[in-house]
Amino acid sequence: MGYGIEEKLPSGILLSSVEEIVGLSHKSSMWPVTFGLACCAIEMMAVGGPHYDIARFGMERFSASPRQADLMIVAGRVSQKMAPVVRQVYDQMANPKWVISMGVCASSGGMFNNYAIVQGVDHIIPVDIYLPGCPPRPEMLLNAIVQLHKEKVRHRPLGANRAAAAKRAEEAAMAAVPTQLQPATHDHGGYVGKNLLA
Amino acid sequence: MSTLLTLAPEFASVVALPAADVPPSVPRADFSDTPIWLSAVKALLLFVFLLLNTLVVIWFERRVIGRMQNRPGPNRAGPFGLMQTLFDGLKSLFKEDVKPAAADAFLFTLAPILFATMAFVSFAIIPLGGTVNLFGHQTPLQLTDLSVAALLVLAVAGVAAYGVILAGWSSGSTYPLLGGLRSTAQVISYEIAMGLALVAVFLYSGSMSTSQIVEAQRNLWYIVPAFISFVVYVITMVGETNRIPFDLAEGEGELVAGYHTEYSGFRFAMYYLGEYINMFTVSALATTMFLGGWHAPLPFNLIGDGYFDSGWWGLLWFTIKMWLFMFFFVWLRGTLPRTRYDQFMAFGWKLLIPGTLLWVMAVAFIRGAQLGFLGDSSIAIAGREIPIATLIVIGVLLVAVLVVLWLWETKMTEREEAAAKAADVPEEIDPYAGGYPVPPLPGQRLREPSTYPALPRAGATATVVDTPTVENKEA
Repeated sequence: MGYGIEEKLPSGILLSSVEEIVGLSHKSSMWPVTFGLACCAIEMMAVGGPHYDIARFGMERFSASPRQADLMIVAGRVSQKMAPVVRQVYDQMANPKWVISMGVCASSGGMFNNYAIVQGVDHIIPVDIYLPGCPPRPEMLLNAIVQLHKEKVRHRPLGANRAAAAKRAEEAAMAAVPTQLQPATHDHGGYVGKNLLA
Repeated sequence: MSTLLTLAPEFASVVALPAADVPPSVPRADFSDTPIWLSAVKALLLFVFLLLNTLVVIWFERRVIGRMQNRPGPNRAGPFGLMQTLFDGLKSLFKEDVKPAAADAFLFTLAPILFATMAFVSFAIIPLGGTVNLFGHQTPLQLTDLSVAALLVLAVAGVAAYGVILAGWSSGSTYPLLGGLRSTAQVISYEIAMGLALVAVFLYSGSMSTSQIVEAQRNLWYIVPAFISFVVYVITMVGETNRIPFDLAEGEGELVAGYHTEYSGFRFAMYYLGEYINMFTVSALATTMFLGGWHAPLPFNLIGDGYFDSGWWGLLWFTIKMWLFMFFFVWLRGTLPRTRYDQFMAFGWKLLIPGTLLWVMAVAFIRGAQLGFLGDSSIAIAGREIPIATLIVIGVLLVAVLVVLWLWETKMTEREEAAAKAADVPEEIDPYAGGYPVPPLPGQRLREPSTYPALPRAGATATVVDTPTVENKEA
């Protein structure tokens, strides 16, 4: 990730204060990369218009160059042919960077359950927020952006804190129970043979 | 310098020649009571002034464009979104500074430094106000003044072009290279017209020193006698700063982000900063050259025996006038689409440069007539003595303008007639004349297929040489 001196600070009040400022500045000025794949991109463009106005969050500066972008909004289905391009654009973005998977197609392949479409963009790049909808309304994209700010950007750990957070995540993953061994979250057989309208 | 002159006295007489025949009523700024340390303080203040202005102008631009497009614009960062620029800068500071593997490491770093520092240099010669008391010294609100101060701005802009071309070259990537070439070509081409536009001001003021030019405008701003120069300057200053509608170097659809495509983090922030400071520089120069610099506008300069037209008040008037140009930049951006590159270059080279040359010639004659170089006889019109030479020059100019207009109109009429002729559509259309079906234009009648000769049937040996289908095969 980053290589600045702010990463080398000892853990403590100083690092926390720097984290606060860095988080605030990233949250307040998050430039999306100019990039759209399908119908979701139309909704994303609507967010730039007067009705929804992404500029309120300081995000109207869609960056043509991935080098200057902070956020990738994968708006639409990712075809197999487009996958390496998406990956390249992601790789060209400078750290720190975030990804919103916009719409069901980008999140899971959606209605395109076929050989031509990548079944979820998280097969090729790490995703921070999954936004369902086909396509999601502009309000939903704004909500996803606000959630992203709140959960991933505003209090992003730096330096020693990030190393600690990564360690915690790793330990939690090691201790996690595999899905097939977990208790059922709901009753799959309960409704079989029953009249749901009764 | 003085030792050199004592060594070569015959050289001293050449150097000591009076530079220009400036009327004695127009004094230069007086820096005799300005010690070096005070100049350093002024340089620091100027730096802070420009940074603060930049902080405000990016927010201002985004808010104003927002209002022009019926939306609020940035309003989350701080009150009214005022902290937006600060956070943009901080964000860039905390972002990874990518240097591509193919980049030339030294030049890749040097280019943004060159661009950003050069942007600040021009402001050294801009007079921001009258003479004030600063730490017990009577000193003008101007860092320094030169006999060729206005040329310094053009020279520095020329050096700043290196920041652009080196960025494009050192990135080791195709789009930045193309963007850098475009940007440099643009800046250099428009600098010629810009310099020519300023020549009229030099002719009127008899000086290139900015403080003298401002002082010479105490009674009449040069926007009035040199209006054409003003218009040309305003066009070229937009071209010079790579702003919409002339931001061809950053055409997203063609060149990604132009010369700074490969720049991220702090290096990019320096370009971002430099571009806005450049806007302030050209606006400040426009204010100095055409809008009377720091002098108060009309109703205020008459109040209280010129009280509002001196000292610190100058800073206020200067800032207001400079910001009018900044608003104009924003207004353009909210209004106009991008021009095409060839149109832009043709406009600069074929219209602005020759047009401004002619205008400068005209100004030279008017000025010569005013100063009595073309004869002294004058005539009284409406109680004012007007030299006959001036009237003759103005008459010749009017005739020239009429001739140009006449030629222009003849050409336009010819072009319209040719266009009307080309657009003349025949009454009837043969839909298969071109070999494939073509729909009729509005008002056209289709030729009925029944009137055609019969098409040859398979195996038939009829003579069908006249059918349109066969003709097309031959064609």
